[in-house]
Amino acid sequence: MSLHAIAPDGQDAHEAHAPVFVGARRTELDELLTRYPTKMAALLPALWMLQEDRGWVSPAGMNEVASVLELTPAYVQGVVTFYTMYHLHPVGKHFVQVCTTTPCNVCGAEDVVNAFLRETKCGELGVTSADGRFTVVEVECLGACGFATPVMVNDALVECVSVDSVQDLVAGLD
Amino acid sequence: MGYPHLSHGRETPVISKYFGDAEARTLAGWQARGGYEVLRQALATDPVDVQNVVKDSGLRGRGGAGFPTGVKWSFMKPDGKTHYLCINADESEPGTFKDREIMRWTPHQLVEGAAVAAHAIYAETAYIYIRGEYTEPIARVREAVREAYAAGILGANAMGSGKRVDVHVHKGAGAYICGEETALMNSLEGRRGNPRIKPPFPAVAGLFAQPTTINNVETVCAAIHVLRNGADWYKSLSSPSNPKSTGTKLFSVCGNVARPGNYEVGMGFSMKEFLWDVCGGPPPGRSFKAIIPGGSSVPILTPEECEGAVMDYEGIQAAGSLLGSGGVICFDDTQDMVRQIARLARFYAHESCAQCTQCREGTAWTTKILERIRDGQGTMKDLDTLLEIADNMTGKTICVLSDSCATPVVSGLKKFRHEFEAKIPKNRSSVMVPSFTTAAA
Ligand SMILES: Cc1cc2nc3c(=O)[nH]c(=O)nc-3n(C[C@H](O)[C@H](O)[C@H](O)COP(=O)(O)O)c2cc1C
Ligand code: SF4
Ligand code: FES
Repeated sequence: MSLHAIAPDGQDAHEAHAPVFVGARRTELDELLTRYPTKMAALLPALWMLQEDRGWVSPAGMNEVASVLELTPAYVQGVVTFYTMYHLHPVGKHFVQVCTTTPCNVCGAEDVVNAFLRETKCGELGVTSADGRFTVVEVECLGACGFATPVMVNDALVECVSVDSVQDLVAGLD
Repeated sequence: MGYPHLSHGRETPVISKYFGDAEARTLAGWQARGGYEVLRQALATDPVDVQNVVKDSGLRGRGGAGFPTGVKWSFMKPDGKTHYLCINADESEPGTFKDREIMRWTPHQLVEGAAVAAHAIYAETAYIYIRGEYTEPIARVREAVREAYAAGILGANAMGSGKRVDVHVHKGAGAYICGEETALMNSLEGRRGNPRIKPPFPAVAGLFAQPTTINNVETVCAAIHVLRNGADWYKSLSSPSNPKSTGTKLFSVCGNVARPGNYEVGMGFSMKEFLWDVCGGPPPGRSFKAIIPGGSSVPILTPEECEGAVMDYEGIQAAGSLLGSGGVICFDDTQDMVRQIARLARFYAHESCAQCTQCREGTAWTTKILERIRDGQGTMKDLDTLLEIADNMTGKTICVLSDSCATPVVSGLKKFRHEFEAKIPKNRSSVMVPSFTTAAA
């Protein structure tokens, strides 16, 4: 991954970064640091805070996290890229993750993915729809295999999604 | 309890007793059901005595490896060092979703279990590492922790015992491999989730290089019931014919099955009765073709192999597979096994942490070859290559993710070889159709 990420709308990702760890967030981080014997251990939580506030983990955001935790930006980037849940680019307003691992796949998960690509007009996996509202990705086991097909829409898990229920689900998202 | 389906009469709900009961989620509700009494007693008991009761009960780790829990705890000695407890709530093994239900319905059960286990290993701090996708379980457990601190159950003077017990929730960020114990510790420390070379084992140098115990969610929850009712009671819940597998086990059931969900039964339960009665058998009008009984990393069984098996560590092993994490994945007669095994290989290729060459290359090549066979582009030689790669992936890497990818491929090829062969175009097979046949026609 290149640090020089370009947002899908063509905007340069190196725009001015408003600091995240100020005010209440700084207090929250300070409280968090008391729970661990090292500052480094607060890295994943700090990245979560960044993503919650900014919608993604931008290069400038990584720099800020590096500086508050006394790590190097390269180290932070190395960790961020290991994990799948941190967004290295801005994503659609509704980030849709459909599990297609085998237990869900035997219940028809691939058809559910295709229905989402159709209904959201994303067309392709990982590509944000032209209106910026949706990004659809396939995800590995969500730990809800008995409720095939489970779909995460941002932080909410929707159980037992079928091809027939996708249209209503998408219509219900603003 | 089979949430969302009703509990089945043949279940033995101990850990799952309050699934579906929203009142049990709150501190008041949990205490009204006897909650935190075990912790109160444990805090007043010498850790060695707590370890011994759990040892006597025969409880074994529910995260997959089945290591005796009391023995694991007894590796932790009062040596003056800072000890840590990690609760493994990373639950990412395809087919497994039991810890999720424990945390969603009975978050205080986990908090109490974690606190008891921490005391048993001379630790003041427990970290509950929950996979990042589990947004609802994370919220429930965080709320339970908050309530427990507010009530003085956790903190510097836990339940007035004079002992400190801290429990913290740590949210993962998407990586199956972080369920491997040393990868989890690296992740918690703010590193990439790469498994560590052992030794040193966690009991010697684990989290933050201190003596550490790691336990699965279900394991510490079972421990509370052992301590409340005694080792003999726990052993009485399982089949007396096998003293090596005791108590109850939560099985997650998914795939092509009439009633998917979580069911808690005594160890030694008949697999036939479990699949066809408790879980309702295959979907209407279909039959089972294959069953993976312990999460996606264990060998695939045929329905015939399941029929005579009993559901405990030794019983499933005797049938040719492993109990693993207790995730039962069902395939019916409409499934294309090549397609599904290829998808499973893709999972491992995606989740390999890429430290070991055999795993990084092996999972990728296995996936590539399986997908070309799936697409009708394979050759007979590919089947041998798959087995060669699998051999090279087994027993040679830092952790067993590599072995886990090879396992369903090898067992799938053994038991469903005809399906693989049927996908290989005749003109690509080693027995080529002589060209004169066409000329003569
Ligand atoms: C690749 C891999 C993934 C694992 N994932 C999990 C998991 O998600 N949850 C879990 O409890 N154990 C998992 N384990 C097993 C743990 O390494 C460890 O054995 C377990 O957490 C110990 O707890 P127990 O003794 O209570 O079972 C995994 C192991 C491997 C090799
Ligand atoms: S076997 Fe695979 S997942 Fe395990 S340490 Fe090696 S590369 Fe990583
Ligand atoms: S395989 Fe889809 S949630 Fe587990």
